[in-house]
Amino acid sequence: MNKNFCRKNFFRRKAKKIRVLIAKPGLDGHDRGAKVVVRALRDAGMEVIYTGIRQTPEAIAGAAVQEGVDFVGLSCLSGAHNHLFARVVRLLRKKGAANIAVFAGGIIPAADIPGLKKAGIKEIFPPGASTRDITQWVLRTAQ
Amino acid sequence: MKIKSAKKHCPAGAKSGAKLKSHMRRWEALALKKSLVRLPERRARFVGDSGMEIKRLYTPLDLRENDYLRDLGFPGEPPFTRGAQPTMYRSRFWTMRQYAGFGTAQETNQRYRYLLKHGQTGLSVAFDLPTQIGYDCDHPLAEGEVGKVGVAISTLQDAEDLFRGIPLDKVSTSMTINSTAAILLAMYIAVAEKQGVRTESLEGTIQNDILKEYAARGTYIYPPRESMRVITDIFAFCRKRLPKFNPISISGYHIREAGSSAVQEAAFTIANGIAYVEAALESGMDVDSFASRLSFFFNAHNNFLEETAKFRAARRLWASIMRDRFKTRDPKSAVMRFHVQTAGSTLTAQQPDNNIVRVAFQAMSAVMGGAQSLHTNSRDEALALPTEDSVRIALRTQQLLAHESGIADTIDPLGGSYAVEALTGEIEAGAREYLKKIALMGGAVKAIEAGFMQSEIADSAYRHQREVESGNRVVVGVNRFQSPEPPGRQVLRVSPSVERRQRRKLAVFRRKRNLRRAQAALEGVKNAAGGTDNVVPPILEAVKSGATLGEISDALREIFGEHREI
Repeated sequence: MNKNFCRKNFFRRKAKKIRVLIAKPGLDGHDRGAKVVVRALRDAGMEVIYTGIRQTPEAIAGAAVQEGVDFVGLSCLSGAHNHLFARVVRLLRKKGAANIAVFAGGIIPAADIPGLKKAGIKEIFPPGASTRDITQWVLRTAQ
Repeated sequence: MKIKSAKKHCPAGAKSGAKLKSHMRRWEALALKKSLVRLPERRARFVGDSGMEIKRLYTPLDLRENDYLRDLGFPGEPPFTRGAQPTMYRSRFWTMRQYAGFGTAQETNQRYRYLLKHGQTGLSVAFDLPTQIGYDCDHPLAEGEVGKVGVAISTLQDAEDLFRGIPLDKVSTSMTINSTAAILLAMYIAVAEKQGVRTESLEGTIQNDILKEYAARGTYIYPPRESMRVITDIFAFCRKRLPKFNPISISGYHIREAGSSAVQEAAFTIANGIAYVEAALESGMDVDSFASRLSFFFNAHNNFLEETAKFRAARRLWASIMRDRFKTRDPKSAVMRFHVQTAGSTLTAQQPDNNIVRVAFQAMSAVMGGAQSLHTNSRDEALALPTEDSVRIALRTQQLLAHESGIADTIDPLGGSYAVEALTGEIEAGAREYLKKIALMGGAVKAIEAGFMQSEIADSAYRHQREVESGNRVVVGVNRFQSPEPPGRQVLRVSPSVERRQRRKLAVFRRKRNLRRAQAALEGVKNAAGGTDNVVPPILEAVKSGATLGEISDALREIFGEHREI
């Protein structure tokens, strides 16, 4: 009985959809890329929540924890990424949600990527990245 | 029936129309058929960016419905298809106006002087996001954003530093500012007054187009109704005090950047334009008192012929709407004058020098389409704000088009091209379809509130992305013809010290001002906002009294409330 229950639970967990929060931190309103990524991940079978534009890092971290997502994807084209992305990661850690993997995209100069990775952003998708790359990265990381 | 209309409209006449048709059939059956066997076409179907089928060949048969005087006419006369003015670029080139701004007012002032020194003929101010959304640089939400996408302006002192040494009676200034347009306009007027320039002589444009902010760009503050009220207040104020100033630039640019097609860009822009005209009429203005000062702003994208056609179609469509629907009496009220910027979204981070070439042919379509002013993007803008070197090449591109290419020497040089005229007609027809749909929803404001424009734009954006990823749409250097990228490209960086310095400057400004006077002026703003008085004069008074951009925006937030995206 107990064994059976465990197995059922195991299968259920395996079949559980990957949950992703796509978020726009800061004041930037360019959300073409964010919306395209939302659709591409949905088409790949994931459950995706989009926050809409102009969210604070606090609101994003709060929503990520509340929704129990596996991933947070951040998009920023205004140049405020260094400040905003790192803050989201810090807040997630503070909330005990360091297991949520954070990835990001936008107008991110190559020189900023090492610093962002050091701050805890798992992967950066610069301009020209394909949704295939993003989807595959999420699927790989989820395993 | 068809033959009869052909006789009436086809310049070649019905007889030669029938003759042409039979020749065409013969060509298709013999020469073409044979050639297709040997050399099949590259694709089964050729489509433009808006999904329109692009024909193999356009002939006079495609223009059978055309009536030259009705559909094309003469430049400077309705329906303005061939141009907004009678002489176009033979008298004066378009205004070369590079959108610029970053960091502090002093740094941006240096960039303006650099551009003017290199032959730029007008200014175009890019503001940072806190300025655009009504936050002073010391607001918590401004953190990380100060001076990033544009110049940081919180006070009249910042505005003075921005235009220092630039005579405002000699240049025209365009400001990309929407929710806080009234405040920046007030600052501009106050700076001009300090320079001893008469307000009446000021030339320029404020974007002041809130509808596309809800639909595509995102820098809204107040709900739509309240925003529309401020906009009509600005119309009325400018008509009285700044008769040479364009109080709005109705913008398709950002709609296109967000992913729309050319047809959607033209349609949604014009739908928004109709909403502004209606709002101004409702506020009691006479259409001929403001319509000639409405200006527009479009995107110049990659598809050269389609883009050229789009500009011509938009001009013709607007003229017919102004004449038929709004019954303008002054022909000037029906002219669509517009600024163009090349498409930022087409710039690639890969092989960025290719962007110089992209920008050149995009800009060429704007000139072919009869733009009044033009911004050419810089090659490095997929990576960062442009460096001085990149900006100079972008400006030189315009100067090359103007002085070397010869395209500015005759008016509407592609007018009469079978392909361009056919596409002009198709884009106009496609846009009219959208306008009908939007009218059924109750107009542009309702269509935006219902999310219609937004979802149409998002659908097009996703389709585009899938075409790129499937390889059906080639992006040179990205999905074809890739090459290794050299590391360490020089890009412009806004120093993190900008935010600190701005905050310090603001703190000193606040200490030095007469707080009582500023507070009294802010009360005046609130009173006007809560009542029916025009809000612009009290905003001007507040700016002069030392109230900051954030404080004035907050005063209005208190009365108007804030818009929340659904």
